[in-house]
Amino acid sequence: MFDIVLFVGFPYVAVILAVLVGIYRYFNDRFSYSSFSSQFLENRRLFWGSVPWHYGIIIVLLAHLLAALFPGAWASLIGSPVRLYAMEVTGLALALLSLVGLTLLILRRLRNTRILSVTTAMDWVLLVALVAQVALGFWVALFYRWGSDWYLRTAVPWLVSLLKLNPQIQYVTVLPWVVKLHMLGGFLIIALFPFTRLVHVVTFPITYLWRPYQVVIWNRETWTSREKVQ
Amino acid sequence: MNIRAQVSMVFHLDKCIGCHTCSVACKNIWTDRKGTEYMWWNNVETMPGTGYPTLWEDPEKYTGGWENQEGKLRLKLHWRLGGLSNIFFNPYLPTVDDYYEPWTYEYENLFNAPEGDDQPTARAISMITGKPMEIEAGPNWDDDLGGSPVYAKNDPNLEGLTEEERQQLNELERVVFFYLPRICNHCLNPGCAAACPAGAIYKRGEDGIVLLSQEKCRAWRMCISGCPYKKTYFNWSTGKSEKCILCYPRLESGQPPACFHACVGRIRYLGILLYDADRIEGVANVADADLVDAQRSMIRDPEDPQVVAAARANGISDAMIDSARKSPVYKFVKKWRLALPLHPDFRTLPMLFYVPPMLPVLAKVKDGHYDLPGASDGRLAPLLSSLQQARMPLRYMASLFSAGNEETVAAVYRKLIAVRIYMRAQRVKDVPEAEVQEALAQGKTTPEEAEAIFRLTSLPTFEERFVVPPLAREAAIEQTLDPFTHKPEAGFGFRQAPERRW
Repeated sequence: MFDIVLFVGFPYVAVILAVLVGIYRYFNDRFSYSSFSSQFLENRRLFWGSVPWHYGIIIVLLAHLLAALFPGAWASLIGSPVRLYAMEVTGLALALLSLVGLTLLILRRLRNTRILSVTTAMDWVLLVALVAQVALGFWVALFYRWGSDWYLRTAVPWLVSLLKLNPQIQYVTVLPWVVKLHMLGGFLIIALFPFTRLVHVVTFPITYLWRPYQVVIWNRETWTSREKVQ
Repeated sequence: MNIRAQVSMVFHLDKCIGCHTCSVACKNIWTDRKGTEYMWWNNVETMPGTGYPTLWEDPEKYTGGWENQEGKLRLKLHWRLGGLSNIFFNPYLPTVDDYYEPWTYEYENLFNAPEGDDQPTARAISMITGKPMEIEAGPNWDDDLGGSPVYAKNDPNLEGLTEEERQQLNELERVVFFYLPRICNHCLNPGCAAACPAGAIYKRGEDGIVLLSQEKCRAWRMCISGCPYKKTYFNWSTGKSEKCILCYPRLESGQPPACFHACVGRIRYLGILLYDADRIEGVANVADADLVDAQRSMIRDPEDPQVVAAARANGISDAMIDSARKSPVYKFVKKWRLALPLHPDFRTLPMLFYVPPMLPVLAKVKDGHYDLPGASDGRLAPLLSSLQQARMPLRYMASLFSAGNEETVAAVYRKLIAVRIYMRAQRVKDVPEAEVQEALAQGKTTPEEAEAIFRLTSLPTFEERFVVPPLAREAAIEQTLDPFTHKPEAGFGFRQAPERRW
């Protein structure tokens, strides 16, 4: 019963919260959608924290996502021992990279009074959740080896079953508690997403790659316009 | 021909007395909120100097503006994918220390301190952390050349000057400087807008005012580096960038912006310019020496029937075109060719133009008394010779106002000198006629034009200085709301405070 609450109820609640509150916040308080960068107040230490953290975590997350979306392709990718080794080592290195980056960011936030003065309570909740989640992931990758392989036969079918609205929790209930915590931590962060600065993730400005350099907005579009230069 | 209207500005530097009334007027209206204390959308700098933020003019420091790379116009800060890859850390971002850390004083302590042997003091308190701080910089730290051997010597515009010329600028009793008031230039090719990954910065089609949407800004902070004039600012409290809005709510109700209205020296002029938007990229891409002329040529004559027809086709109202005909900016920039853009070499096509200051005092101390070179040869000679012997070298002015083209600046000065000599001949009547004629010829001007320049420089009325265009506020309102809904509700809308909530 408890497993059903954790592995069926909680994921659904988390995703529904993320979507509904995220949409509510976007339409009622769009002003609050921001990355709240603190680079303006502190420049040097941010580099050593922010860059490793973001690049590490983005690649690791993409790997989680792609493997879940294309398990077949992923399986053939890690099909030979050499490639499996390479994948495991890369994953471990990236996890370490993001863990170190995040730790530096937390230390920076604690030690710099300027940054501390622009830190909210939710920032701390988010940081604790993130550092715990990354540490757990690193732990799993280190002590439960070949995760890039068993992930396909445990978490992925569970996630797919959740997606199909036909939850099958037997894939994950037998796993060690560290692995289970890591899975639940993922959904905890999804639940936290709409209440924190994490919302900046979905506003990543990919359109910059093709939008016109100059944006011109007219009061009325009755004439030739929306003329855009360059 | 794609004619658009642009609210444009002229600052007449000869009239600026450096009183900072403009800065204070702006601050009181727009930037006295938390997170904006350090921002001066309007600031006045002492030149030579390093300005605000420190060394903003150094093209390599924050890499603002555009550059001509193998014939192609390129944003200096980044290419598109490169910009996205720098989004987690902007290598060219000025930090608050490049401006100054805002502070207040612990005034309560003067009243609440427990009784003791010492007089209580009001310590400086950081407005960011709320903790006591050491003040290391502040607004206009190098005002009137304060600490000039430390600050002014780093002015990037001094680069082309010889060591001797630099020494002369600092010589005791001969120290030379002038004031440079700056606001957002509302550029035709804004670097801030191009650098913003989120596309939050836009140009209003009807009047060209560059605004920054507070709802679209996500604090990627590229605009701050992308603007070569450093006129977008980061609000560290709300996590949004902010910039000068040219007081558009005032403009829309027929008033000039607050800094214009408050100007004590009456140095500021405002009016509409019509320009050809199809030429933006081409003009921004010409060689350095041609930038000023190219920008002048894209500004079109509002009396030209072809231009008027094209303007109408773009939906520019007759009232707006009429306003463009009365524009003092058109006269200073295009007709009289007296006003120049600040740092055209940044290639953003700024639409705030400056009439460069006549060179400060010309005399040199010789044998214990002031000696004006050529003073005995009548009026014209000393004034004209000063162009070559100017205490503030022409090269310095050219670095500021014409991307290094000294002839462009010299032509402006010859005309300004011609106006002075002509008017002196009219009023004081002590200049020989031949000399007046020569001055007019050298300045490429006529008595009528000299008279008109004199009038608009010295005796303009409020309405002549500020030809506020009819911005049709009702059209702006209609964009989002039915005017009849807006009218009874204005002032009662529910707005959220600009602060962190989540």
